[in-house]
Amino acid sequence: MRDVLLPTGAIAVALLLFGLIVSFAGVNPVEVWTLLFKGAFGDWFSWQNTLQRAAPLMLAALCVAIPARAGLVVIGGEGALVLGGLACAALAHAVPLPSSAAGTVVICAAGALIGAAWVALAGWLRQYRGINETISSLLLAYVGIGLFKHLVEGPLRDPASLNKPSTPALDDGLLIGTIAGSDVHWGLVIGLVVCVFAGLWLRWTPSGFAVRVVGGNPRAAQLVGLPATRLVVLACALGGASAGLAGAIEVAAVHTSANAALIAGYGYAGILVSFMARHNPLAIIPVAILFGGFGAAGSLLQRRLGLPDASVLLLQGIAFVLILASEALRDKDWRALLLPLGRTSPVGHALTGDKP
Amino acid sequence: MSHFISNRRDSIKTLAALGAVAGAPLAFAQKPITVGVIYVGPRDDFGYNQAQAEAAAQLKKMAGVKVVEEENVPETNSVQRTMTGMIAQDGAQLVFPTSFGYFDPHMLAVAAKFPDVRFAHCGGLWTEGKHPKNTASFFGYIDECQYLNGVIAGHMSKSKKIGFIAAKPIPQVLRNINAFTMGARSVDPKITCNVIFTGDWSMPVKEAEATNSMANQGIDVFTMHVDGPKVIVETAAKRGKMVCGYHASQAKLAPQAYLTGAEWNWLTAYTTFIEAARSGKPHPNFVRGGLKEGFVKMSPYGPAVTDAAKKQADSVKSQMMAGTFDIFKGPLKDNKGATIIPAGKSFKQTDLELEKMNYLVEGVIGSV
Amino acid sequence: MTTDQLIIFLCGILGGALRVGVPFLFVSLGECLTEKSGRINLGLEGVLVLSAMTSFGAAYLSGSPWVGVVAGAAAGAVLATLHGLLCSLPRVNDIATGIALMLLGMGLAFYFGKPLIQPQAPQLPAIPLGSWSDSPAVRSALDVNPLLPVGLLIAVFLWWAFANTRLGLLVRIAGDSTHATRALGYSVSGIRIAATAAGGMVAGLGGASLTLFYPGSWNEGISSGQGLIAVALVIFARWSPLRCITAALLFGGAGAVGPALQSVGIGWGYHLFNVVPYALTLLILVLTCRPGVVAPGSPGELSSTR
Repeated sequence: MRDVLLPTGAIAVALLLFGLIVSFAGVNPVEVWTLLFKGAFGDWFSWQNTLQRAAPLMLAALCVAIPARAGLVVIGGEGALVLGGLACAALAHAVPLPSSAAGTVVICAAGALIGAAWVALAGWLRQYRGINETISSLLLAYVGIGLFKHLVEGPLRDPASLNKPSTPALDDGLLIGTIAGSDVHWGLVIGLVVCVFAGLWLRWTPSGFAVRVVGGNPRAAQLVGLPATRLVVLACALGGASAGLAGAIEVAAVHTSANAALIAGYGYAGILVSFMARHNPLAIIPVAILFGGFGAAGSLLQRRLGLPDASVLLLQGIAFVLILASEALRDKDWRALLLPLGRTSPVGHALTGDKP
Repeated sequence: MSHFISNRRDSIKTLAALGAVAGAPLAFAQKPITVGVIYVGPRDDFGYNQAQAEAAAQLKKMAGVKVVEEENVPETNSVQRTMTGMIAQDGAQLVFPTSFGYFDPHMLAVAAKFPDVRFAHCGGLWTEGKHPKNTASFFGYIDECQYLNGVIAGHMSKSKKIGFIAAKPIPQVLRNINAFTMGARSVDPKITCNVIFTGDWSMPVKEAEATNSMANQGIDVFTMHVDGPKVIVETAAKRGKMVCGYHASQAKLAPQAYLTGAEWNWLTAYTTFIEAARSGKPHPNFVRGGLKEGFVKMSPYGPAVTDAAKKQADSVKSQMMAGTFDIFKGPLKDNKGATIIPAGKSFKQTDLELEKMNYLVEGVIGSV
Repeated sequence: MTTDQLIIFLCGILGGALRVGVPFLFVSLGECLTEKSGRINLGLEGVLVLSAMTSFGAAYLSGSPWVGVVAGAAAGAVLATLHGLLCSLPRVNDIATGIALMLLGMGLAFYFGKPLIQPQAPQLPAIPLGSWSDSPAVRSALDVNPLLPVGLLIAVFLWWAFANTRLGLLVRIAGDSTHATRALGYSVSGIRIAATAAGGMVAGLGGASLTLFYPGSWNEGISSGQGLIAVALVIFARWSPLRCITAALLFGGAGAVGPALQSVGIGWGYHLFNVVPYALTLLILVLTCRPGVVAPGSPGELSSTR
């Protein structure tokens, strides 16, 4: 219960603050709140908008969540994502593939593989050279993005893509289509399924459990003789595979080729999603939807009220700071807090069960 | 008497007919229209997006035109969502996606879903048979203005070295670099133009570094093709160099150093599409124009520009307005020595071959 | 390359190191102070951008760039204090808070900075260290940011203070062992909040340098991840303020390699040249780190090295 109440309360306070700030700009806060809700969850169009924006975030967040369960803080998902997308597009062009779902699976697998290798490198560096994985994954992300830009504008560039340097476009048969009747592509379902599988793997399988032990209590893991290095690298590889898969899906479902527009910051947004979901793959799903909701709502806010794009960024910042702060209230003993009230009001009696 | 009555009847009929004819265009012109404009960056970047926003601001003043805008929309699924939102939620009948990267696949995907809505993309290459009829692309031949920038730069440069700071080596940018260089070399064939590519459309620190390293080389007139020219203009002015602006007028930022500038006049293109939409005429699919059609314009000359420079630039400008001046004509070599355009051949501005440019002309120091 | 071109190339690198390195210096010093006390602040990007906007706005409104500098430092301190306070609450993870504050700082800066994009603010005057030279390249390379001596002073002061003053010792104890700090009777949170705030103030000077000296104007793309990289810089400098100076200059210079090469005609692979600083840092880390051994000089309590 608290898991839902606290973040919801935090968002409510954030909305109040935001409304206050924009009221100084002459905008009616009530209008703002209505539009925010309408833009995120108001009608079927808004829902599609929200879900569509949430799709890549689920997989990108797993890139942080799975290594986090193994005790690592990996923030280089952006690099794995773009390289995964590049691998997907490059493979489709380099090797003749069946123009069907089988082909799509192959190129997505390629993306996942490259992403896995990239983040596993950070994990490997930590185990064999003692390099902090937060730093190495961040540096690798920058290197990965630079490599991506170089390859897309140079050796892998489609000569016909003049004003927007891209790799050659994927065949129509390889593309990921939309779920029947809606505007949302199957990447959403893939993201959902992978998150659920990841959650189940961590919770119910021996290897998932072993990873959690390594993350939760390294000394116990050592005593029991768990192969910590292998597990750490495995966790990193799985996280990287998710990010690479996210990149491949973005290419196959949205962009149809790899180009600079792929570098959209999903990796970094994924970091926040994962931390807010406390690295639980199942919780990542609603948190990603929340993020998507913010983006969708912000779009409507700009169009209807003419507010600048920065206002949505501001709202997100306030909301996330408050949500994270509300974590501190999680352990508070509410009964003890409300006890003094109980001494003086019937409501309080109901809470504490004392007789007046 | 009967004559009079029949005359009156006739005259009333005529009057009614006249009234109908006179009233019809008025009725069409009054049809309200909602227009959506999408920017890839912030509206007030002193550059590309600002030029679009200034035109959109003018549109808002037109009677019966409602404008919905969204800025900072990345070239991902977000823009598809935004376009769909503008159509489904805001009732837009005409959408202007203003960044090049929106065209393929984003605008095409949304256009296929809404065949009754018109899309006018800035910078794309609409092709008959390949792209749907409810889409269009428009652009301006701003290289004409860059040529004139080059003429002024050629006169004003004392070191005979000019510089161009560019984002990426794509055809639209290369065309500007080449026009700038050729304009300057038309004044003095010994002038060389250094080009530095920063790698992306908005990188203030890299742009400032590029300006400084070129200034170290002795380059004294700058121009640029990046999304926000503000940093380059100010950095060049701080180094005591001269600068020609781009996208919009940056004269306010460096009044002494600003010579002139190549500016967009997107209002012309926007109104072309709006008028066609409101009067029910077919959507003009491929719209291009230069100085002559009023799609682009030059900034007023700065105080430092010499009379001789103004005279030459004005004379070339009037030739361009008359349609008698071709920038890209043979014999033309690239900076590696190969002949690009043989003698006797020339390309008109509207020639699609120019939109595939992948070379730098002789006199440019740099490589694609 | 001719000698002339070589000089120009080297001046480009040197000038770049001095120009671009100053914000790096301030953020790395700020982060160093914060991390010495045992807290990691990933929100320095937000601090940098917010203080950049604040100093630009204050300078514009007051007409004096130095007022802007003070305002920027104050803004940095305020945002960092928020980080410190949030992290001292139970169950709040400092990496997540850092990223959330990065968003908040950027949101505040871009929202309130909208009206500041058009105008120009008075700039900090440069110190012309190169006036002895005839070459304009050398002169411009040595046209130094007046905040650079301030940064160097702060670096030296921090180095001296960590080793020789009581406050410095307290900061280091809080960073190395919470038990020892409490045993001595001091509040761990209090020290960390103070260190984070002070670190934010120093980083705020970096923001002021961006908008009041180089590049010298405010727009939404002013920072390109410099705050995030500060964390890498501090590790690179092995938590020593003096080595932060070298790290900042190295990063600044490496960032200038791309444009400098292009200006002498070498244009291939500029994307790859742009990642040189990061690749270099990674290489140095690979060469100097050993598994199992905590990086020498790192504060024991720092969550990222445990």
